[in-house]
Amino acid sequence: MKRRALRKAKNAAFLALSLIATMTGLVCLAAILWTLLSHGLAGMSWHLFTQMTPPPGNQGGLLNAIYGSAVMTLLGILIGSPIGVLAGTYLAEYGRKSRLSAVIRFINDVLLSAPSIIIGLFVYEIVVVRMGHFSAVAGALALAILAIPVTLRTTEDMLNLVPVGMKDSSAALGAYPWRTTISVLYPAARSGIVTGLLLAIARISGETAPLLFTALNNQFWSTHLNAPMANLPVVIFQFALSPYKDWQDLAWAGALIITVTILVLSISARVILALLQAERGSGR
Amino acid sequence: MRAPLVVPPEPAKDLGPPKIEIRALNFYYGDSLSLRNINMSLADHSISAFIGPSGCGKSTLLRVLNRMYGLYPNQRAEGEVLIGGRDILGPTVDVAELRYRVGMVFQKPTPFPMSVFDNVAFGLRLGGGVRGAELKSRVESALRDAAIWDEVKDKLHADGRSLSGGQQQRVCIARAIAVKPEVLLLDEPTAALDPISTLRVEETLQALREKYCIVVVTHNLQQAARVSNVTGFMYMGELVEIGPSSQIFTSPKDRRTDDYVTGRFG
Repeated sequence: MKRRALRKAKNAAFLALSLIATMTGLVCLAAILWTLLSHGLAGMSWHLFTQMTPPPGNQGGLLNAIYGSAVMTLLGILIGSPIGVLAGTYLAEYGRKSRLSAVIRFINDVLLSAPSIIIGLFVYEIVVVRMGHFSAVAGALALAILAIPVTLRTTEDMLNLVPVGMKDSSAALGAYPWRTTISVLYPAARSGIVTGLLLAIARISGETAPLLFTALNNQFWSTHLNAPMANLPVVIFQFALSPYKDWQDLAWAGALIITVTILVLSISARVILALLQAERGSGR
Repeated sequence: MRAPLVVPPEPAKDLGPPKIEIRALNFYYGDSLSLRNINMSLADHSISAFIGPSGCGKSTLLRVLNRMYGLYPNQRAEGEVLIGGRDILGPTVDVAELRYRVGMVFQKPTPFPMSVFDNVAFGLRLGGGVRGAELKSRVESALRDAAIWDEVKDKLHADGRSLSGGQQQRVCIARAIAVKPEVLLLDEPTAALDPISTLRVEETLQALREKYCIVVVTHNLQQAARVSNVTGFMYMGELVEIGPSSQIFTSPKDRRTDDYVTGRFG
């Protein structure tokens, strides 16, 4: 009886500790969101989406930064995801057990957790220094390098989830591996691969360090890919550290915009994944 | 010694030469020998069933006939296997073309992530040349032959994965026969199905017997007895005995076959 009471007490203590830990995490998160909302909502207005970043003391918006972020994120995904998806396909379908795959997988894991500022420095050295100036292209390249490991990993994982029988059935009909991959495996893993792309977009759309070294910033409207381009993370970095109240307000508003965007992307990714699993579940 | 790559003249239907001839076939997984000196002939327009305990090599034998084993490393076959008189183990054989001639259906239904129609049309589109109205009629006749047409004719554009397990398996059979293969291999085609679906698939096989050389591997002895003309019993990588199904199930010559079909082991 005594032993049983002790076990119950231990269980209660463990449960309490877990709850405290969970609450700590949640309270921090809620505090961050609350701060962001209370500061960010104050600065929310249509001007954000119609006007350029202003000089101190003037009214303005974030249009050029939003545009720049969208363009560089899109370019980054367009450059990075085909490489990631194809490399993931190689690992899952062609070189499953080769030594080369083991090496690629290891390097990819390193890249996945590499500090993004190092990626920024790398592109700075390779592109910016040679071109002689900051540019949107360099920014997009840095983001592409960050997108590769995310898409590679999810593509490989999702292709590995496709039942072997499906691949064998396609081969048994006389399909060559490339045909099987394109016509059977990609459609079977489609939702998973799209989820990976969304997660990659979420990851790179909030990156600051790589853009600081590559695209830098631009106070004006610019669509030149060969010139410095404004973007939300760097504008936030610059404006938040400034002594001007209206700049700080814009920084909060920008931070809210990025957070909401990433939240929406992550939630869509989860919803898609859940739908995928439901589909798999009923398919068996 | 390999037989020359010539197709023999069209045989008379009832007493034609065998569709599949296997001579001195050995099969290795790495270093371990898993098929030992298999010799046999299988007739066209008939169903041959292979029975035996798990690991006896019956599925391996099936995977030799369309060289599926080539998809996995460290597996190799020695000896001679002729299908329609053509050697299939030689190094110059186009494996994709061989698999086009030799269809296969697996234990678990494997509908592709596309519509029922596209599933059945998959092989036809691979071969190229079949389009439009001809494609439609080939898909329909394959679905009819697989005894699934009436159930899916109104949902040809639904996802193949939305059908029931038994329907999926018959769509997979339709997919395999749509390209009019010379041989149809089935690897425990009803192991994952309920009794009613199993019955449907067995009826389908009966109907297909007229047109194809069918080889089926099964754990289900009654199924082998019900559907097959010829039954082979395999044990530990050897083909112990092969003969007319009625004889194998009533008066087998080998003691091991007798023990197995009467349920003393396996």
